[in-house]
Parts: sequence; structure tokens; C-alpha cells
Amino acid sequence: MLQYFKPAAFMLLILTAITGIAYPLLVTGIAQAVFPSQANGSLIMQGGQPVGSALIGQPFSDPRHFWGRPSATAPFAYNAAASSGSNQGPTNSALADAVTARIQALHEADPHNKAPIPVDLVTASASGLDPHISPAAAAYQIERVAKARKLSAVKVQELVQRHTEGRQLGVLGEARVDVLALNLALDALR
Amino acid sequence: MTANSLLQIALYVGVLLALVKPLGGYMAGVYEGQVRWLAPLERGIYRLCGVSAGEEMRWTGYAVAVLLFNLLGALAVFALQRLQGDLPLNPQNLPGVSPDSAFNTAVSFATNTNWQGYSGEVTMSYLTQMLGLTVQNFVSAASGMAVLVALIRGFTRRNAGTIGNFWVDMTRSTLYILLPLSLILAVILVGQGVVQTFNPYQAVPLIETVGYEQPKTGADGQALKDAAGKPVTEKVEAHEQTLALGPAASQVAIKQLGTNGGGFFNVNSAHPFENPTPLSNFLEVLAILLIPAALCYTFGAMVGDTRQGWAILAAMTLVFVAMIFVTVPAEQSGNPALAALGVDQSAGAAQSGGNMEGKDIRFGITNSALWAVATTAASNGSVNAMHDSFTPLGGMIPMWMMQLGEVIYGGVGSGLYGMIVFAVVAVFVAGLMIGRTPEYLGKKIEAYEMKMAAIVILIPPLLVLGGTAIAVLVEVGKSSVANPGAHGFSEILYAFSSAGNNNGSAFAGLSANTPFYNFMLGLAMLFARYWLMVPVLAIAGNLAAKKIVPTGPGTLPTHTPLFVGLLIGTVIIVGALTFIPALALGPVVEHLQMMGKT
Repeated sequence: MLQYFKPAAFMLLILTAITGIAYPLLVTGIAQAVFPSQANGSLIMQGGQPVGSALIGQPFSDPRHFWGRPSATAPFAYNAAASSGSNQGPTNSALADAVTARIQALHEADPHNKAPIPVDLVTASASGLDPHISPAAAAYQIERVAKARKLSAVKVQELVQRHTEGRQLGVLGEARVDVLALNLALDALR
Repeated sequence: MTANSLLQIALYVGVLLALVKPLGGYMAGVYEGQVRWLAPLERGIYRLCGVSAGEEMRWTGYAVAVLLFNLLGALAVFALQRLQGDLPLNPQNLPGVSPDSAFNTAVSFATNTNWQGYSGEVTMSYLTQMLGLTVQNFVSAASGMAVLVALIRGFTRRNAGTIGNFWVDMTRSTLYILLPLSLILAVILVGQGVVQTFNPYQAVPLIETVGYEQPKTGADGQALKDAAGKPVTEKVEAHEQTLALGPAASQVAIKQLGTNGGGFFNVNSAHPFENPTPLSNFLEVLAILLIPAALCYTFGAMVGDTRQGWAILAAMTLVFVAMIFVTVPAEQSGNPALAALGVDQSAGAAQSGGNMEGKDIRFGITNSALWAVATTAASNGSVNAMHDSFTPLGGMIPMWMMQLGEVIYGGVGSGLYGMIVFAVVAVFVAGLMIGRTPEYLGKKIEAYEMKMAAIVILIPPLLVLGGTAIAVLVEVGKSSVANPGAHGFSEILYAFSSAGNNNGSAFAGLSANTPFYNFMLGLAMLFARYWLMVPVLAIAGNLAAKKIVPTGPGTLPTHTPLFVGLLIGTVIIVGALTFIPALALGPVVEHLQMMGKT
């Protein structure tokens, strides 16, 4: 037993130095040299100031903006310092109540839109920080945003198109619309 | 299922299988001592530790070395968490972790479970994440691989008293396999957007301010209460968003490759900073099964008959693929409760549709469901979607994959040694049916091996069902449940299935960061890891001492489709008979309730 104590303790110390210090520092060094923007949070800079992260969504409830996924983070939606999903089960009545309230909010902001609502617009994301909505969810909101901004739907449609990404390499993942970038572009029109 | 869904699944399984032979052959070279490109570093480590690389251990010595090394590792993680408030590299000034949570996390990471009772970005300092968690990600994985190699030596050696040197096997697993792969993966992940920085959290302005209620505190710092005793809240507005950062990529890479699964952030690989793009997702989910699958080839190469490895890989892959084709359609079918509200859940070019609660858009249904099956097939336990919000059947499959004993790929090393134990049982059962002495790879399987195999197979169900039974009997167990009804029971069953098989994923609605769950699940993780490792090493030691029986006409070939079927049958029957009653009370009831309402 005791004969194993010294190797066990020294192994732990040396492997800590290698895998817990040298390895993360090496990765950090390479990352900061080769991919500095990504390594530091993919910040969107405007006039030298960060205005958000290209990977992290923000809360939107103004009819003039496209709305993103509902977020379950606390104490406020899209709190990027405390990521969280809702963890509501499919048969939990709280889930149905939450979805009902979200449907109502969408209808209040856009009373004439009777189209069925795409599911991602009324269900909370896994991370609570999802920066994307589906192209269907964006299409559902085009009329509302166009009217609120007194723009033509075609113009807004074009912007949406520009911020829509297909599947990566044509195969992987799902098509998606970057909500924050789209809203920043809308605000820049003024 | 959509055509793209099938294509993504085929691509995943295809790339995984294509990498098995190159990586598996390389790993065999590492363990047989042919791969030596880091020999100077290796020699230096042995010299500092006073280890002589040529000195072999009996199985008992090997077991003591594993246990002692893991114990010291757990103590180090415990101490780091308790003391982090006074240690450097803590830009958010996070305080020390509570004793019960620190115990749970220390056990969790030393046992390669990586169950997370805590939330990473609000609990762990950068120092704890690096020196504690990242290190255990490496060495707990390496420990599992070492034990596997020892077991393989049990089959290849004849009349031998020793099964190798743990320090050498563990060091080589870390240096030659885990570190290089992690380095490559980490750098690619940063390129996709995974953060890797020591900067403090970054505040950015919000375009729209958001109002919320928070408890009001008085001048004394205590929460104010109104006349009725209810907490008083005040309206506040958030004008900015704080982005949690940190050295994440280096940890995410090994968390995936070492079947660890403990995320840097609370929501694990659902967090855009841990898994930003479909490509990062593909690589991360590939990394989950990469080493466990390739080790099958290593096994075959080391026993001198690669067909043996392919047979085991075939058994694993068949079960895995079958389960994908249950989970993906279950999630794609959506939630009837939402359909009743008029929500559009249909799949199409413009949306993935389906049950999107607890899933992020970039992954959609296919990648969320695929990940869920892969992460529970292996004892990884990282998530990119919230399993608690899966449909009842979609969530049952991950739960059952864990309950099968983490042998469908399983943990690095531990999955294959578990599966080899099942193969031993399968050979024994077949031997009984045809009336011959069972042999596996030229070694006679006798009473001692079967006793040890029975321990390995029976302990996890005991931990899972026993733990669940205790938790549902006591108030402290039930009060942590988040979802009502049958789903609440599923949350508890899932937690013990996860801890009792060293997986680490969760139905995360369960508030598991309580003294009761921290303690109970901590114990389950300890027993599930070491009460299996020791009997496996005992089998290894006992087999190594035996002579090798030449194959004769009465030998059951263990590389044929027949044996693959027998092996699958053994795993499934044990898993099904043990857990169907418990599953019936959770996901099955919930499924019937959900379908009955519409």
C-alpha cells in the first residue's frame, strides 16, 4: 500500500502540471494567436465598443424587432451569466400554460396574423441563449416588423434572407436565422 | 424522418466506423510499447515518480494503485473547490463550494461520471476548472483505459502472475492518446467559436432593456417581507448582458473525448460558447464515441484476432443505431399538448419542427436526438439538449441506454471491459446450452470468473433501483422533483441510472444540489466505478494465470454473427428484465397519458 503512495502522489502532481496547466495554456496561446475573436467570445464591435456576441442571443419583445426563442434563464431572459433550459417535461401543464401565454403575446403584437406559429417561437431553447430562430419563425414575423417600421415586407424579407444560414457544409445542423444580427441590421436602416 | 436526418445519421456512423481501425491500431501500438514518440517525457515522469516501467503488478497491486491514485485525485478536487475563494485565477470572486456539493463533484469527476450538481459558470473558478476538473477529465479516462488494457492482458498472457503496470498504462493513455487528440479538437473548436480565455466575464449592452422582479433587501441586507410574510419584490431593469467566459475549449475537448461529460457551463454543450455550430456539434458528438469504438479494434489487435474486436463493435453499433431510430422519430413527432394549441410542429425546409422545447435551433431534432443516444450509449453524459424536456419515449431511450450498464460503447476503457464481461457471460450461457466448458479467447471460463462477472452485472441495477426506491420514499428525495406526475418519477430514476452507471447526464429539472442527492448520488458513483473495476481486475488476474486452451471442434467461435446476436441478447435481456418495471412507472405511463389526452 505505502509503496504506491509516492508514485500516486507524484503522478497526480505531474499530470496536473501537464494536463491542468501546460495543456490549457498551450490551447489558450494557440487560440489567442490564431483565433483571437472567437477565443474571446465572438464579440460584435461597433465603433470600438462591443454591442453583443455573435453567438449569444438577446431578449426581444418590441414588435419592431424580430423575436428570438423564449429563454428560461433567471432572473431575466438571455442572462448569459447563468445559462439554463426550462426542463419542463412534455406533459407538464406549466409548459402548456407558458406556450399559451407566448402564443397570446405573439397574437397581441400582430392581431391579423392567423398563420400557425412555428414551434421554435413558443418553446424555450436548451441553453436559454439560442441566438437563432428557424426561417419559418422569421417568415412568421416579417409582416409585423415591416408594418411596425413602415417598411415594405419585401425589404424586410431581403434582410432576413441575408441573415439566414443554410446547413453547414450543406449537410450539418439546420437552417437558421441570426436574430441579433438581423435586428442590428434593421436598427441600422434608420 | 427526413432525408437530411437520415443523411446526417449515416454520415455520423460512417465517419465513426471509418476512424476505428486507424485509431484502434495506433492505440494498440501505444499499449504494446511500439509507439514511443514521447519517450523522453515518459522516462522523466517515471523517474520523478520513482516508477520502474518494466516492473509489473499483480492484479491486487494494480487495483490498489488505481484506487489510491483516484482517491488522491478526488481529494485534490475537493480541496480546490473548498479553497477556491482564496486561490488565484478566480476573476468572478466565486466563493468556496459547500462540502456536500464539493464531495459530490470530486467523486463525480474522479469516477469519470461528471454528474454536475452545480452550475459551472456561477460555481467554479477558472483554477478549479483547470487544475481540478480538466485534470480528472484526463486521468479518470486514462484509469479506465488502463484497467481495460490489464483485462486484455489477462486474455493474452498464459501462466502469468502479473497484468501490467498501472502507472505506465495510465501515463501512456494520457500522453499518447488523450492529450494529442484533445489538443487538435480544442483548437478546431476555438476556430468554430468555443471560448478559450482567462479574461473575466464580459458585459455587453442589450438592444432592448428587459424588466424583471427581484427580492428587495433592507438596509441590513436581509430580504424584506410584507405584513403577510411574503418577500417583497422590486422591479428592476437589465440594461446589459454578462457573457460568461473562460478556458472552455481545452476542457470541452477532453470532456468529449474522455467520455467525461462535465460541461464548462451549466447547460453543457447546448451553450453556444461550448458548441457554437453544427460542425462543432458534429466533432463533439463524434468525439464521444471515437475512443470507445476504436478500443474495440485495439482489443482485437492485442488478442491477435481483430475479428474478435469487430464482433463486439458490431454488437454495440447495432444496438446504438436501432436506438437512434427510436429517439429521432419520437422527438420529431412533437408534443400533442402543443399541437392542440395550434403550434406548427411539422418538419420542412424552413424548420426542423418536432419537440423543440429544450433544444437549440442550430442542432434541431436530428442532432439533439442523435447526441442524446450517443452520450448515454457511451458513459459521457454531456448534453446539447435538455433531456428532461424530451418526449416520454425519446427520454426513455437515453435512460435505458445507461441502464444497460454503459456497455454500448460505454466509457473509455470501462465500456469495453464491461462489454467483455457480458461476452464472458454470453459464452457461459451458450456453454450451458450446448453442454461444453465455456471458453473465451482460449481461456476457460470457470466459477471464479462467473462470480466476478455476476458482481459486475448486478451492482449497477442494485444502485439504480435501490437508490430510486429510497429517494421516492423520503420527503427530501421527492421535494427536489420539478415536473409533476410520472415525469417526476422519471427524473429520480434517471438521476440514479446516471450516477449508478457513471454516465453523468440528467433530467436536469431535478434539484440535485441538495445534501441528500449530493450524498446518495456520490455514493452510487463511487460504488458503480470501483466495485466494478476491482472484480474486473480480479478476472484479469485470474485469467492471466491460466493456460491457453487450443481451439477445438467444441469451441464456440466468438467472432461470428451468431455470437454477435448472442451478445446483444445477453445485454438486452439483462437490461430489459431488470428495468422494465421501473420504466413502466415513469416514461411508459407518461407516454400513455400524453397520447391518451389527444
